[in-house]
Amino acid sequence: MTALLDVTVAAGDGWIGEVPAGALFRIVDLQGNQAVDTIFYDAHDYANRYSAVDTIREQGAAYLTTGSVLVSTELDPLATIVEDTCGRHDTLGGACARESNIVRYGEHTRDMHACRETFLRQVRKWGPSSSGQRLTKRDITHNINFFMNVPLTADGGLTFEDGVSAPGKYVELRAERDLLVLVSCCPQLNNPCNGYNPTPIQLVASYAQHDSATSP
Amino acid sequence: MVARSFVVPKHHLIRLTCQGPEAEISMLLFADRERSERLNVPDTLKAQMSACIKPHMVLMSDMGRALASVAGSSLDWHDAITGHTRVAHDELLQELMKHDLSARDLHATVNWFKKVAPAGDERGALSEIADYASADDWVELRTELDLLVVLATPGLEIEITTTEPPGPNDACRLSRDEAGRALALAERGRA
Repeated sequence: MTALLDVTVAAGDGWIGEVPAGALFRIVDLQGNQAVDTIFYDAHDYANRYSAVDTIREQGAAYLTTGSVLVSTELDPLATIVEDTCGRHDTLGGACARESNIVRYGEHTRDMHACRETFLRQVRKWGPSSSGQRLTKRDITHNINFFMNVPLTADGGLTFEDGVSAPGKYVELRAERDLLVLVSCCPQLNNPCNGYNPTPIQLVASYAQHDSATSP
Repeated sequence: MVARSFVVPKHHLIRLTCQGPEAEISMLLFADRERSERLNVPDTLKAQMSACIKPHMVLMSDMGRALASVAGSSLDWHDAITGHTRVAHDELLQELMKHDLSARDLHATVNWFKKVAPAGDERGALSEIADYASADDWVELRTELDLLVVLATPGLEIEITTTEPPGPNDACRLSRDEAGRALALAERGRA
């Protein structure tokens, strides 16, 4: 096994980095019920980025789990979920922002931490790529919320609920091309997406063959 | 497939009339004075706890402001979670380029006159309802800011007229606290 990456992202913090094609990328919910807001980009063309709505349409289902192919705006497979001990993940709920917190919860939440602030902070420190590409606010598209439970009901309801993840649950993806990955370990305190207690996550990438029998 | 892009000043009514089954209108919205601010479908849906767009919902920008309100519609479900078709994709990119925008500015479209129904099961399975809308189905959007509207559709009938700003008892304002706050942020001019 060749470890490419093994980092712990502190509660409320973020991460940005590259994962090469063919690598396995694992996100571990270390303490449980921690939403991990994530966007994937084609590392060689940031405009060709994850598309939540195209992914949903192509798989004919709203939730992401084992077998889900995460596609880009050009319908290129960016990554495939190859293992999922959590069971399902959201990609409809987007990322929290200070501005949307004001709308959802009121003016008093204005200065609370939020995922889109984390995304912007990570993007600011991500310099031009080898091909001169830069990310800006317009690249912060609709994301995935790993470990988040946003049930969609037959009558058209959409709610944020607690309770599908647990300590040590993980999701593992195979990179289908060279990827840039942008992550926010969600700091939201106004709804149950983090069990009202944001906690750290672990990101691991390796060239090991996927084999659930040898997974910890 | 036709594509259009045009600016509509705030407090105008955009009336779209369906041109028949499978004639969905895929729409992108940008604040015309600050085009980095655009429709955010996830923010819109989660704030109003809805998986679809329907009358009296407010279409919210990523900056928390109401861009437009759904003043009325003959239908109580318009899709916003399954994206636009591949044919519409090329047309939308073509229109975006006329405004110096590009694929990086794409966001989830509202697909007027389309319904994709959730089964409510473990996978969140979705199925498109065939022949959902018919000719003469309609929707009316009230602009709350000056908007750049970009759309692609197999068929378009659109009428734009002036209208009154939303009053204190406006149905959209009163639909939910969140809708009222987004309208207030638009009226104040900032989040």
